[in-house]
Amino acid sequence: MTEIFGVPTQALFGQLLIGLINGSFYALLSLGLAVIFGLLNIINFTHGAQYMMGAFVAYALLNRFGIGYWWALLVAPLVVGVTGVLIERTMLARLYKLDHLYGLLLTFGLALVIQGLFRHEFGSAGLPYQIPAQLQGGRNLGFMFLPNYRAWVIVASLAVCVGTWFVIERTKLGAYLRAATENPALVQAFGINVPRMVTLTYGFGVALAALAGVMAAPIYQVSPQMGADLIIVVFAVVVIGGMGSIMGAIVTGFGLGVIEGLTKVFYPEASNTVIFIIMAIVLMIRPAGLFGTAK
Amino acid sequence: MTHQRVAFLLMAAFFALAPAVIYPVFLMKVMAFALFACAFNLLIGYGGLLSFGHAMFFGIAGYVSAHAAKIWGFNPEFAILAAAGAAALLGFAAGLIAIRRQGIYFAMITLALAQMVYFFCLQAPFTGGEDGIQAVPRGMLFGVLDLRQVANMYGLVFAVFIAGFLLIYRVVHSPFGQVLKAIRENEPRAISLGYDTDRYKLLAFVLSAALAGLAGGTKALVFQLASLTDVHWTMSGEVVLMTLVGGLGTVFGPVVGALVIVAMANYLAQLGAWVAVVQGAIFVVCVLTFRRGIVGELGHWLKKPL
Repeated sequence: MTEIFGVPTQALFGQLLIGLINGSFYALLSLGLAVIFGLLNIINFTHGAQYMMGAFVAYALLNRFGIGYWWALLVAPLVVGVTGVLIERTMLARLYKLDHLYGLLLTFGLALVIQGLFRHEFGSAGLPYQIPAQLQGGRNLGFMFLPNYRAWVIVASLAVCVGTWFVIERTKLGAYLRAATENPALVQAFGINVPRMVTLTYGFGVALAALAGVMAAPIYQVSPQMGADLIIVVFAVVVIGGMGSIMGAIVTGFGLGVIEGLTKVFYPEASNTVIFIIMAIVLMIRPAGLFGTAK
Repeated sequence: MTHQRVAFLLMAAFFALAPAVIYPVFLMKVMAFALFACAFNLLIGYGGLLSFGHAMFFGIAGYVSAHAAKIWGFNPEFAILAAAGAAALLGFAAGLIAIRRQGIYFAMITLALAQMVYFFCLQAPFTGGEDGIQAVPRGMLFGVLDLRQVANMYGLVFAVFIAGFLLIYRVVHSPFGQVLKAIRENEPRAISLGYDTDRYKLLAFVLSAALAGLAGGTKALVFQLASLTDVHWTMSGEVVLMTLVGGLGTVFGPVVGALVIVAMANYLAQLGAWVAVVQGAIFVVCVLTFRRGIVGELGHWLKKPL
């Protein structure tokens, strides 16, 4: 067996792959957080719970209605996105004039409620979700074995991330969005319905989380707590990247996933904490984050 | 200020007399959490800094106090002091990092740092991992008072709580506290007036961490247990909830909030997952309609700050 730095290449590439997978989810989730934060100035603590809801909707679609993975990719984000729209209209909309911290507290409370309800309904044990038939199996790349589904997750999340970046940075709709981030009153004066845009943006961010949840369902088990610890790591990712740029969120997400995977190979004891350590170092050197702009 | 003096006497009388009718261990838990919430409130209520990771100080102090009392054979007073000291040190390190950002970022950073401390406690050998440190001896206070007797233990917790409460009251009403409030209201202005705001924020953070540690160290002796529950992010959320329910930035709010939330957790304990649901629902209701909290509303109604 070949070795690199005393580590078998199999293990190295295996962890690199896991790192890329985790990075895909970090990127998708921090992207959603960044989009929501940009327009609403709210850190969406419910994001982890909404990611979990996406996975559960996929699970319910399959087991209650016999609707498979591919439709779930479309339906689950829609369903969860609609609940997001309702949350924004009934609750978050009342908080925009207050200190932003209240938004954090409200969404934290919502996360507790949602996770508690799901735990009550489904128990804490993880539920299995089958990999769709088309993506089962894998291929031998010579230096490692690549399961098809994992390759799909990496490619699909990259595509979604780049697509979102394109819409926000390169289209007219995105221009409205960026303008409303800068100065909502002025954009409203130009006749654009900013409150509706805010609502839809929240729905879109939430749908991204649910999409990540569907993609995660066959890899991790579907369980009520699956998003609870993940969201804290994603917060750290967001602090490292800085909220300023969409591309920053994507690059940091994938990058940190890979670093975490490599840490598992070379120093497993620190694999849980490495992202937090990097956050501390980045804050000491560049408080605004790697891609952030100081305000 | 006389009404605050009256309120203080009422509170002290309540905790001094209540053990005659209420289960003392419950009251000791309330006082430990009340001190924890007061320490947290020092940051958010007066400094405007929302820490979402205060469990790291509370929890690590519990481990230090339990370890010192059980393994090193420290007297309880030194075990608790060691716990507060350890929490202050951790507060200094965490504070240096966290105060570099404000507002929402501060909350996310403290949460992330606390998660790091949680994983550290999960893996470090001296914490006992999932088991925690069990059967911690309460020991002899000053070598003479046997804390296995409930009355003595209660007296110690009462003294620690009152001392911590008065210290916070003193800090809030000192020139230092005034500068903190100025930073909360308008930090650039405070800087332009020549205050080194980072040093004030760091000192407030360390002080808050040390007091949270004092509470955590005492709680570990009361329950003779230090466990992962106290370092987990849910604990950070609970202390936020206590302060929010009682009233952010009020002197007595955190105490009332701790009483309400601990009592609720006691009654709902058999309901399992519903505890989180109820707590989350209280968060939502408080943020949407009840932002002043119980004591804040009372003070507003009496037209006197409590």
